[in-house]
Amino acid sequence: MPGRVSIFVTCILDQLFPKAGVAMVAVLERLGYDVEFRKEQTCCGQPAFNSGFHDEARAVARHFLDVFDGAEHIVVPSGSCTSMISHHFADIFAGDTKMLQRVHAIEPRVHEFSTFLLNVAQTDDVGARFPQRVTYHDSCHALRELGMKDVPRRLLRKVKDLELIEMDTAEECCGFGGTFSVKFAQISSGMANTKVDSILKTGASHVVSVDSSCLMQLRGTLSRSGHKVETIHLAEVLAAR
Amino acid sequence: MRENTRQETLDDPKLQLALYTATGRLMDHRKKAIGGGKVPEYQDLRTRAAAVKRHTLDYLDVYLTQFEAAVQANGGKVIWARDGAEAADFILSLAKEKGESLIVKSKSMTSEEIHLNDRLIKHELETVETDLGEYIIQLAGLRPYHIVAPALQMTRYDVSTLFEEKLGIAKDDVIENQTMTARRVLREKFLAAGIGITGANFLVADSGAVVIVENEGNARLSSSAPKIQIAIAGIEKMIPRVRDLGVFLALLGRSATGQALTSYTSILSGPRRKDERDGPEEFYVVLLDAGRTKLLADKEKRESLQCIRCGACLNYCPVYRKVGGHSYPWVYSGPIGKIITPQFQGKEKDPWLPFMSSLCGVCAEVCPVKIDIPKILLALRRESQKSSDDAGAMKWFARLMTRPWLYRLAASFGLGWLGRKDGVWVREVKWPASSGPLKDWLAVRDFPAPPEQSFRDWWEKRRK
Repeated sequence: MPGRVSIFVTCILDQLFPKAGVAMVAVLERLGYDVEFRKEQTCCGQPAFNSGFHDEARAVARHFLDVFDGAEHIVVPSGSCTSMISHHFADIFAGDTKMLQRVHAIEPRVHEFSTFLLNVAQTDDVGARFPQRVTYHDSCHALRELGMKDVPRRLLRKVKDLELIEMDTAEECCGFGGTFSVKFAQISSGMANTKVDSILKTGASHVVSVDSSCLMQLRGTLSRSGHKVETIHLAEVLAAR
Repeated sequence: MRENTRQETLDDPKLQLALYTATGRLMDHRKKAIGGGKVPEYQDLRTRAAAVKRHTLDYLDVYLTQFEAAVQANGGKVIWARDGAEAADFILSLAKEKGESLIVKSKSMTSEEIHLNDRLIKHELETVETDLGEYIIQLAGLRPYHIVAPALQMTRYDVSTLFEEKLGIAKDDVIENQTMTARRVLREKFLAAGIGITGANFLVADSGAVVIVENEGNARLSSSAPKIQIAIAGIEKMIPRVRDLGVFLALLGRSATGQALTSYTSILSGPRRKDERDGPEEFYVVLLDAGRTKLLADKEKRESLQCIRCGACLNYCPVYRKVGGHSYPWVYSGPIGKIITPQFQGKEKDPWLPFMSSLCGVCAEVCPVKIDIPKILLALRRESQKSSDDAGAMKWFARLMTRPWLYRLAASFGLGWLGRKDGVWVREVKWPASSGPLKDWLAVRDFPAPPEQSFRDWWEKRRK
């Protein structure tokens, strides 16, 4: 019997792409989960961590740990934020035994959304139908830090009427990289354009990913050059019927 | 010729294509050499190589002494150089003492690092690069563009123009002919040179050997034709035993060019012996510190010294593939350059360098000796935070994200000001957002208009 899950709706989803969060709730509830949203939640602290500001990252991480204290499963619709919590919280609290205990206690309970479906809910078919030709973008942290190559693809293959076409640069970075996207906007944009060329070659109508930040980078680039290809979070594809 | 700036590189479609194609080809070669179960023990080899390197660095003092003793026993001599000047001074005084004025050189990033050619040429020692790519960039007066392929950015048409200008020969853009031209020029140099300088891919402590891998045979010629051979190497090139070599040779060629083994692997241990017909009469190994011992003392980032200079991280790096080798401040470019440049040259000089990365992590994935480059980039970013422009913004970030009411208020007010509209992507935003980071975002791509309601607004309404 499915139990209770606590969702962490990352700051970028909360403020810019709420539809992906709503879709995640729909899928989880469809599977019978009792979904809770702890409203004191904010961010995982990654922007500070990646910029080298550990004090600030620690403050935000501590807030996260407080908010999600006691949650059995924490489901996150982002590979990048999941990796921040399950891999890098331990880095920022290195040497602090007490905090490390809390971090290590939460690590196995944090799940990237699609991995949660496969590993905890133990299903690769959530009864979705999405009659489109899509291509999947491997976000770097999901792919390289969480090792998620097959997980999202297994779920996509079970979506009715969905055609999955692989692009030749699926594993290449989209160029977002957090503050990198504005500090080195020209390089970031060059990387996005390489990716866009590869997306266009597939003839896909939608680019799917598990990270909204990558999708923002890709859609922003597609939109600027007038292309109609849409970007969509995996949760939204799985919620569609 | 002059170097292209970062922006010029990004704006030059021909150069972009050359860069993308050349690195892509090297990626493909590597994938073919490793993928498809060709080397089932590939991950074990990486683990082993990383462990051997880590161990060697931990006991480097022991292995350096052992190496020196072994070189001496073989009839050679080790020269300890604290920096580039000491290395060059030794070569200059040796050349003077022996009355030599022509030096042939095979490819060595270590010599590039200390600008050895400039130092020697200043004292009227003719020093000729004999690796084809190095020869080309020496003629062009450029820094190496890539650790393994120094003239990676140049097309055959560029080389044709260069040869016409520098060698006074007719234009010819057939690569084979260009190679023959270089060969003709360089053969004469090999025969006339009194000193050959090589680099070293590995130094083997238990046998005092210098190991060089290459494909053109020029390193073998440089180390055997002249009377005197000098190998110049950073102290981190050490491996303990000859029996460790197999692991590294299996990884280096595959990672660099996708070759199971390069065309030539030379294991050079000392001058010609009495019963031998060829080889140099004198054999010297210049061991260079130039910042390495300082890095060795840094436990967190010491693994930067594990690098075997295969160049795989450059080929795979999406940033390198856009900006090219000359957009990096030193001779080492790409991800490995990004982490060793600040550690060798000082962090103050180019504080932006560790930030020129999306932290995608592909470098660490392909590194044959498992250097965790993103981790080191993050450590370098951390060290530079005091001087960072982001300090104020990050303080605010932490304040906002630890106070949910404030986060909510700021988002509601800030994004509300931009104008909420579902499913719309905008090209511009209102002041003052237009002067912040969004300005740089919008310079190259569109931004989503904030949606009518945030997730938490939706959630709260739904609960009612």
